[in-house]
Amino acid sequence: MRFLLVEDNGDLARAAQTRLALDGHGVDWAASLAEAENHLLAAPYDLILLDIMLPDGDGRDFLAAQRRARRDTPVIVMTARAAVSDRVALLDTGADDYITKPFDFAELEARVRAVLRRRGGAAETLRRYADLTFDPLKATITIAGEARELRNRELRLFEVLLSAPDCIFSKPHLCDRLFSYAEAVTDNAIEVYVARLRKKLAGSAARIETVRGVGYRLTAD
Amino acid sequence: MRQPFLSHSIRQRLILQLLVVAAVLAALLYLSVRSVADAAVETTQDGILGAAATAVAEQLRGGEDGVEIDLPYSAFSMLGATGADRVFYRILVAGETVTGYDDLPLPPEADRLLAPVFYTRAFRDTEVRIAALERTLLVDRRPVAVAVLVAQTRLGQEAIVAAMANRAAALGLGFFAVAALLSLVTAGSVLRPVNRLAEAVARRGPRDLRPLAHPTPAELAPFVTALNAFIARLRAALTRTETFIAEAAHHIRTPLATVRARAEIALRQTDDENTRATLRSAIRAVEDSARAASQLLDHATVVYRTDQRAEERLDLARLTRDVARNLSPTAELKDLSLAVAVPDSPVEVTGDRLLLKSALHNLVDNAIKYSPAEGTIEIALRPNGRSVEITVEDRGRGLEGATTRDLTRRFCRGANVADVVGSGLGLTIVEEVAAAHGGRFGIADRPGGGASAYLTLPLA
Repeated sequence: MRFLLVEDNGDLARAAQTRLALDGHGVDWAASLAEAENHLLAAPYDLILLDIMLPDGDGRDFLAAQRRARRDTPVIVMTARAAVSDRVALLDTGADDYITKPFDFAELEARVRAVLRRRGGAAETLRRYADLTFDPLKATITIAGEARELRNRELRLFEVLLSAPDCIFSKPHLCDRLFSYAEAVTDNAIEVYVARLRKKLAGSAARIETVRGVGYRLTAD
Repeated sequence: MRQPFLSHSIRQRLILQLLVVAAVLAALLYLSVRSVADAAVETTQDGILGAAATAVAEQLRGGEDGVEIDLPYSAFSMLGATGADRVFYRILVAGETVTGYDDLPLPPEADRLLAPVFYTRAFRDTEVRIAALERTLLVDRRPVAVAVLVAQTRLGQEAIVAAMANRAAALGLGFFAVAALLSLVTAGSVLRPVNRLAEAVARRGPRDLRPLAHPTPAELAPFVTALNAFIARLRAALTRTETFIAEAAHHIRTPLATVRARAEIALRQTDDENTRATLRSAIRAVEDSARAASQLLDHATVVYRTDQRAEERLDLARLTRDVARNLSPTAELKDLSLAVAVPDSPVEVTGDRLLLKSALHNLVDNAIKYSPAEGTIEIALRPNGRSVEITVEDRGRGLEGATTRDLTRRFCRGANVADVVGSGLGLTIVEEVAAAHGGRFGIADRPGGGASAYLTLPLA
């Protein structure tokens, strides 16, 4: 997906850009509202990640102006302010959601998905691999016309594996993608989700292969 | 403790002072009417007595062998006109009483009295007014002093004075009554602007920090100016507090976000298990401090807003759905589902939207944190008579004996949660919000495992 990141802190912006790129997203960075305006005129974005305190104005005013101009690119506000005082006003100005800094990128991803799902989603998010179609917004895998729903962790596991088919992902890597760092989990916790995902993939040419002692990979017959 | 005099009611003091002034004026009125009446009546009596004494004196004739006395009764009939008063006389020739009452008191100075002198003396169980004068007659060619005393009791005079005094008293009382009434009205009208001002200040909403533009009399202007200066200072202080909270959050969180993103990137790029463990614990520490900072600031906001609560009627059902919707992506990350049982119709309470939202957010967030993956968190809202109960129930690890009181103390956490990030302020916030809204909060072990938290609030 293509994001516009409006954030005046260069360190954070570059880190977020790099981090989101790891998940396969394209991120353009605007350090001010004026730059953001230019980016929006030049290219379409799936989503805007908007900071509130910017050198040339308040992100909320920018958001309100966008909505008045009937530009309805989904917006997730990144707020650094005390969560309590901002929440209400943000959603009232037309933000689709907000996330409090410092954010968990997995949570950001979940919120982006929820926003796009509410907005009716875009067809180009569909991904095909072997004989299956994967819809990350609806969280379904369709095999031979039969849609199978994935739970959130199954979905994220599949997304990771699908991001680099035939590449081996180690158990610790997968654990980091599935579980929050606040949870204490053993590497074996991943096995449950691999087993479930295999069940969902039953009957497809795609399958998850165990590479003994190393990890897992998605491959197709 | 004795209240200082100044703190007594201005109205009471004003009325009291006006009443004292009115009473003094009424008494003065009474006394002056009485003394004028007294003097007038006395002058009248003196005139008649003087005329009678002169008439008697004029009838005295000196002869070869004595003084000829011819009492003119017309003179006494003049005196008899005044009611039941008795009349006395005494005539002395060369100091010897020749006729009349020889015990009628003599004037203080018995020198030559050509004009009558008047004096009051006690005489025969009563008081009499006496007119006395002296003439010199020639008896046997020698001058002889003859004194004439005419006296009259004062009953008639006293009756007149008493009647006039009664009228004066009635007038004084009437004056006092009217003055008392006027003083009540005056006190009311003088203090009305003060009361209006007080009402105008009291009627204000808690967030209304505009200066007072109420029309006030000139005497109250310094007070209003001082009040407005105070309001301005208060507003500035509150704005500074809000700005400080916002900026503190910004300066703490933005670098934390950078650290966290960098750590996640590094974690993706390394396979070394030691490095990965270090990075994970770094991320955990970031999360820990971010949450602590966030809840400290939330707590500060809650305390600050509890003092200046923005009361409004709001739909708790909608608020609950909003909070649940907002947290569902977070729940989803653990494959948790939020089962929300909330009536479709509005459930109205009066309160501060931000505070209530913060309390609900904390309750649901807590349940998500302590639930194992793939469970269900049940959120229910039930109106119950005059209050409404919100319950949030999970199948997590429960409380292991901790009580609501333990868990709502600042920075106190359960004994069984060391492995989960938390600040020990979440439930403190919920409890404070409940107390600020006249509600109750409690949390207990749930039958069958997990925790069950409830928040009861009075309905609007």
